[in-house]
Amino acid sequence: MTAPETAGTAYGTAHVAARPGARLTAGEVISLAVILLLAAAALVPQLLAPGDPLAISPTEAFQAPSWQHPFGTDESGRDVYTRVVHGAGQSLLIGLAATAIGIGLALVLGTLGAVGGRALDFATTRINEVLFALPGLLLALVFIAIVGPGVTTTTIAVGLSTAPGYARIIRSRILAVRRSGYVEAAVVLGHGPLTILGRHILPNAVAPVFVLATLGVGQAIVWASSLSYLGLGVVPPAAEWGAMLSAGRPYISVAWWLTVFPGLAIVATAASATALGRSLQSRTRQEQS
Amino acid sequence: MLRWVAAKVAGGAFVLWAIATLIFFGLRLIPGDPAQALLGGPGSQASEEALALVRREHGLDLPLAEQYLLAMGRLATGDLGTSYSLRQDVLTLIGEQFWGTLLLTVLSLATAWAIALLLATWATRGSRSGRAVASGLEVVASAVPHFWLASMLILLFSSLLGLLPPVSVEGPSGLVLPVLTLALPLAGFLAQVMRESLADALESPFVLSARARGESETGVRWRHAIRHASLPAISLSGWAFGSLISGAVVVETVFARPGLGRSLLNAVTARDIPMVTGIALVSALAFVLVTIATDAIDRVADPRLRRA
Repeated sequence: MTAPETAGTAYGTAHVAARPGARLTAGEVISLAVILLLAAAALVPQLLAPGDPLAISPTEAFQAPSWQHPFGTDESGRDVYTRVVHGAGQSLLIGLAATAIGIGLALVLGTLGAVGGRALDFATTRINEVLFALPGLLLALVFIAIVGPGVTTTTIAVGLSTAPGYARIIRSRILAVRRSGYVEAAVVLGHGPLTILGRHILPNAVAPVFVLATLGVGQAIVWASSLSYLGLGVVPPAAEWGAMLSAGRPYISVAWWLTVFPGLAIVATAASATALGRSLQSRTRQEQS
Repeated sequence: MLRWVAAKVAGGAFVLWAIATLIFFGLRLIPGDPAQALLGGPGSQASEEALALVRREHGLDLPLAEQYLLAMGRLATGDLGTSYSLRQDVLTLIGEQFWGTLLLTVLSLATAWAIALLLATWATRGSRSGRAVASGLEVVASAVPHFWLASMLILLFSSLLGLLPPVSVEGPSGLVLPVLTLALPLAGFLAQVMRESLADALESPFVLSARARGESETGVRWRHAIRHASLPAISLSGWAFGSLISGAVVVETVFARPGLGRSLLNAVTARDIPMVTGIALVSALAFVLVTIATDAIDRVADPRLRRA
């Protein structure tokens, strides 16, 4: 869960810059390691798990974790470890794409609201209110009800659900940056409004949004896997974490490993993204104070 | 104050109208014949006569503008139509499911608040274990999906310890796991917000003066600082309530508990649009009302807001 209202106010109006040379904490090292591992699993899954994630072997169904099958096997004898590794790509792709959609939409709404004059600000604020009134998965569910289930729909639906939070933050950031000294200076120097927006306001307003996006990717992965779990996104037997959990649900009392390991993968991913986003946030904040 | 309430109510009405309108036109923009969808999709091979009958019955042969006005007129009088898949009045169906979900969300919100208050006061006392539990819960809050937390709780309390039923049964024992599933992430979240503002409040002059008057540490915390520190958490409760409704979809499904969330999922799966519209409107209405209420509480608790 992310609180869209609180996250944006902590920033000042100074230029945001990365702080080189600051030491990494243990938490940051662990989260970075998890993210790198995930990236490897997403890009070259064969390296970590050479098997076929869809290969069934009915004689080996429901085997508990062992050396041969570290995460056990599922109801068709598929190796759960292989499936978790191969599922990383799908889950990460959905999470990244949904976040990109959410931020793209929010950039349009937020920028129009902040610099488009009173009428546009009124309109975009109302749009945002409507999107906010169906919080979390509700907006995504309504969208899926209209368009129909599927991977693409789920991704867009998750993106839509995250957009209003980002839009609100972008709008207030732009408003804050617009009042700052360097924008005033650019106005005095006689730069045109579009130049000022593109060269001075947006880069400074958007930098913290990328930090929020790091936090948001974890959230997007959790939501997308929830939708798959509910049977609306990726459909089993495809190797996706939410879909795997959904398939393992009936067997929870006889085969706990079907539920524990894909879930741990989701939690590790989301927690690392969140931890990384937090430390980025506090680093950029320190820079300003 | 009266003008403020009127503006808020008008805003809420606008939100409901916009949602209904978006769903109406969203459906018309999607390729495909709505009459066909009503009869079970293209696979059902409905006859021309059946299609014509359904079109007439649902007014699908009228011009779009007329259909829209008729639909909005019905909604305005509180008529949410008939469910496609259950063939019953949507409002009656929602009425049957509403109380179960309301009970679940209210209990979860209360539990989350209780845990968050305890955690926040405990963590700011500076004990290491308190801070560790608090930051652990914060990670839970942001990273653990409801459906997985539910599964883990079922594994622990039902399969391993055999204390509680894995699916929702009548009575309080069936409510424990669903409420915990919804409350734990939210508690972590509220605790984090409260912890930050409590730390701020404990540094502020009014706490210093209370200490100078010889107030005990507990008194300072519970009588002065916590009130100040609860403000951001109260404003977040509107949002929290919304996220609980969204979480109820998952939790009611996992625990096979009847309620609005599970009905919404069934309606989405069956693409039962009147039902989806009805539940979306009812939950948006609940969300709008709770937001107005929390804003009002904020204005009562914090006089500075009233001048703005």
